[in-house]
Amino acid sequence: MSLEQWLYTVPLRLRSLFLRKRVDQELNDELRDHVELQTQENIARGMSPEAARYAALRALGGVTQIEEKCREKRGVNMIENFVQDLRYGLRQLRRSPGFFVLALSCLTLGIGANTAVFSWIEGTLFRPYPAVAHQERLVAIGGTSPGEEEGGPLSWPDYLDLQRGCTLCETTFVTKITGGTLSIGERAEVTAGSIVSANYFDAIGVHPILGRGFRPGEDVGRNSHPIIVISYQLWQGRFKGDPQIIGKTQRLNSDVYTIVGVTPKDFYGTFVGWAMNFWVPASMEENFEAGGYKLEDRGARWIESYAKLKPGVSRQQAQQEVSAVARRLEAAYPATNRGRGIKFWPLWQTPFNDANTLLPTLKIMFWVAGAVLLIACANVGNLLLVRSFSRRREINVRLALGAGYGRLLRQLLTEALIVSALGAACGVLVAYWCRHALILLFPPRSGIAMHLPGEIDWRVLALSIAICLLTTLIVGLVPALETRNLDVSGALKADSPSVTSGHSRAWVRSSLVIVQVCLSFVLLVGTVLLLRSLDKIRNTSPGFLTTRVLTTRVSIGAAGYSEPQAKAFQEQLLDRVRLLPGVEAAAFARITPLGYIEYSSTPIALDGYQPRPGEPPSVDYNQVSPGYFATLGIPLISGREFTRADDENAPLVAVVNLTMVERYWRGQNPIGGRLQVKGRWVRVVGVAANSKYESMREIPRPFFYVPLRQDFAKSPDLNIRTTQPLRTIATALSREVHTLDPNLALYEMITLQEQVDRSTSPQLVAVTLVAILGGLALLLAAIGIYGVMSYTVSQSTRELGLRMALGAGASNLLRVVISRGLALTAIGILFGTAAALALTRLMGDLLYNVSPYDLRAFGLALVVMTSATITACLWPAWHATRIDPARVLRE
Amino acid sequence: VSKPSDLVQGTLDMLLLKILALQPLNGWAIGQRLKQISGDVLQVSDGSLYPALHKLEQQGWITAHWKASESNRRAKFYSLTRLGRRHLEKEAANWNRLSAAISSVVKLSEA
Repeated sequence: MSLEQWLYTVPLRLRSLFLRKRVDQELNDELRDHVELQTQENIARGMSPEAARYAALRALGGVTQIEEKCREKRGVNMIENFVQDLRYGLRQLRRSPGFFVLALSCLTLGIGANTAVFSWIEGTLFRPYPAVAHQERLVAIGGTSPGEEEGGPLSWPDYLDLQRGCTLCETTFVTKITGGTLSIGERAEVTAGSIVSANYFDAIGVHPILGRGFRPGEDVGRNSHPIIVISYQLWQGRFKGDPQIIGKTQRLNSDVYTIVGVTPKDFYGTFVGWAMNFWVPASMEENFEAGGYKLEDRGARWIESYAKLKPGVSRQQAQQEVSAVARRLEAAYPATNRGRGIKFWPLWQTPFNDANTLLPTLKIMFWVAGAVLLIACANVGNLLLVRSFSRRREINVRLALGAGYGRLLRQLLTEALIVSALGAACGVLVAYWCRHALILLFPPRSGIAMHLPGEIDWRVLALSIAICLLTTLIVGLVPALETRNLDVSGALKADSPSVTSGHSRAWVRSSLVIVQVCLSFVLLVGTVLLLRSLDKIRNTSPGFLTTRVLTTRVSIGAAGYSEPQAKAFQEQLLDRVRLLPGVEAAAFARITPLGYIEYSSTPIALDGYQPRPGEPPSVDYNQVSPGYFATLGIPLISGREFTRADDENAPLVAVVNLTMVERYWRGQNPIGGRLQVKGRWVRVVGVAANSKYESMREIPRPFFYVPLRQDFAKSPDLNIRTTQPLRTIATALSREVHTLDPNLALYEMITLQEQVDRSTSPQLVAVTLVAILGGLALLLAAIGIYGVMSYTVSQSTRELGLRMALGAGASNLLRVVISRGLALTAIGILFGTAAALALTRLMGDLLYNVSPYDLRAFGLALVVMTSATITACLWPAWHATRIDPARVLRE
Repeated sequence: VSKPSDLVQGTLDMLLLKILALQPLNGWAIGQRLKQISGDVLQVSDGSLYPALHKLEQQGWITAHWKASESNRRAKFYSLTRLGRRHLEKEAANWNRLSAAISSVVKLSEA
């Protein structure tokens, strides 16, 4: 249709829609004119006025039919019928508020759960950085090695080569999460920040509201640009929104930085899960990262980076190009890059932030929420079906009066649409309230703000609308299809619905309940499996003591200590801490197990060991002070601990773990053997038992320890084994620290158990979410069973009354009703078991030491489902016992 | 009942447009004119006239105004729009082509 035609037709359509009365009136007038003109014409031809009028009317034909035809021509019939159906549906719903509220709450829960999950997926996986321009073109860059396919960090020189080599990338940028200690006034506090490339703010299109971002070249040169951009939150919180903040200096870790910019309020950095508070250029890397200056070290892999692809370039195309770059690097630098690749990941698979840990959970949530929605749909479908029985007479009358099935179907679907649209509206509202709820499930940590927003954007809304329409179809078609089976004449004759006539309908209703039971059984099994694996994870020994060992850190680095000063301070502090009442042992370690910080890693070489091809050439290690094994309670299998004598002047030594002995010494005694660490030969002096290092779920792996004094780190973690409560030790420790140096601040102190719990929080989150939705599903299924059973009871009063009259007691009737309910549940559980056996395997990633076919999980789910069924049947069953047989028989 | 049996809808549309191309008329007068022009060949009942006019109006080819008629009463007058004129030209050209083709075919079979 051309634009000009629209100009004519649109006003006409609108007029016929909204000024319908007037349009009809005009048509009426026009037809009346016609009759009058024709009458006059007829009179002129010599007819009597009476006959003339009659002839004119006859020539015109039925006025009503003409009007109807004209109305059809107006092309707005569909809309008018829809409005009519809508009005009628609303009236129907108003008449049965109980049904309405129940159906609405079912759908609100179902659609709400889905929208909330969508908003989390959108906000944390697909569009995690709302302030960042063109997120859809961002990809995460991960380095791969034969042992590490999931993608790790890159080295700075490799990154620069990648940047130069990737012509399909519009830009690339580095952002590496780090922590820093801010000392403002009396208070020192650790906060999260990013080490970034100089182009960072330009690349992501975020413009500081005050000051500037970084300029080209500011990420070059060792410690050359001590400047910092701070977050809006930090500016408001710690600097009281000082308008003169730009150009002021701030102590961060060991150096003084000049504040050059403040970011906008809605910008939290580019790390899923955490809110960043400061950004420093990569040239200042040494002050934040352990292991010295790494910007010129191709072997030091530490940066996390992203690329923004040019418009229209696919990830696969860019991947090909970047793989070629990686191959060139392999050839040019075999010593550091042998077997190394570079991989582009979509944002939601970013290997180095919380997207990675949330992905399996959100994946499961997606399916679980879908199941909840299906259960809710089955409930509402059932409710509509029951109503369609009670409206059978009405529907029959309409059919008998000539309403087409199509028209009737539209009417039923319109009613379903009203319920599901309102359900969707309420659901989106619920999701809006829950959009930030994800973060509540994570254990809080002091100092560092977590940030896991849900995002309700047009994509989420579109999905919700799609769900709403799907729901309408599912929910509306159930009763609509039933209507097809109606026998117009037969049903008109029958006055009251009889039990026998509802046979096929009973079947539909029962299968709906079976579907519900089946789905909620699967969810129950899933919940129990997750609960059991959480339980197992939390109760598995990590290989060290957890409850009585505390860990914290002192901000030595932030105070600007030189290395000798730091060493002296560490010695003094250890001596003082060991003297505190209730302290059994204390030791420093560069890294506390199961934290976020990465261990040092080294290619190793041994006397008489030839690495197999494809074997990971690197082993992780930790730098620990004397007394570490005693403090954490890691058993020494043979040899000795480190002592104070193992300092920088003594021969280099190491303690290896059991897996390392098995793999590299084939179980032979390694003590006295040699090991090459970063090119230096080190003598093995002890063997320690295995423990968990990075994750509770890891399999035993080779690991070793070196003395802290021989591979020094300024700000190691302090571990204390004690009999005293945490608070007492924290107070005492901060007193000791202040005595040594009043400028030093103590980081958060936690038990190692807390450390373990934090590292397993993704499991906890998964369990909590699945349990909440599983409970919801169970509730909805129970409502479904209740609905079917109470309807069945109300429809079989005659039969039940007869039974009573024949001498059946109350317990007998209870048994009859409950066993009917249980029969349905049994079939549902049967299907559910089959489905669960097929589906629980998909949870593989989240399960720990629990078989997906765990018999106890299935058993427990069975018990819960059965009890829920019995509970749901109790009320209808009790109702059955209240039937008055005399009255039933009289009727 | 009121469907003109030997008249395809498109032809009726064209005839109505043609009539209105000469001068704006009310519904009754259009019917009279139709009978006058086509004699008894084209049987268009009064009843089918109004839906047809309604449709043309909805298509934007004709437009209606209420104005005083000769007898000084308000009546609905239809007139051709620019769009309608263009449509008529196109339809008429089509018709001429088609009828020329058909008549030549008919002549052919006679020869």
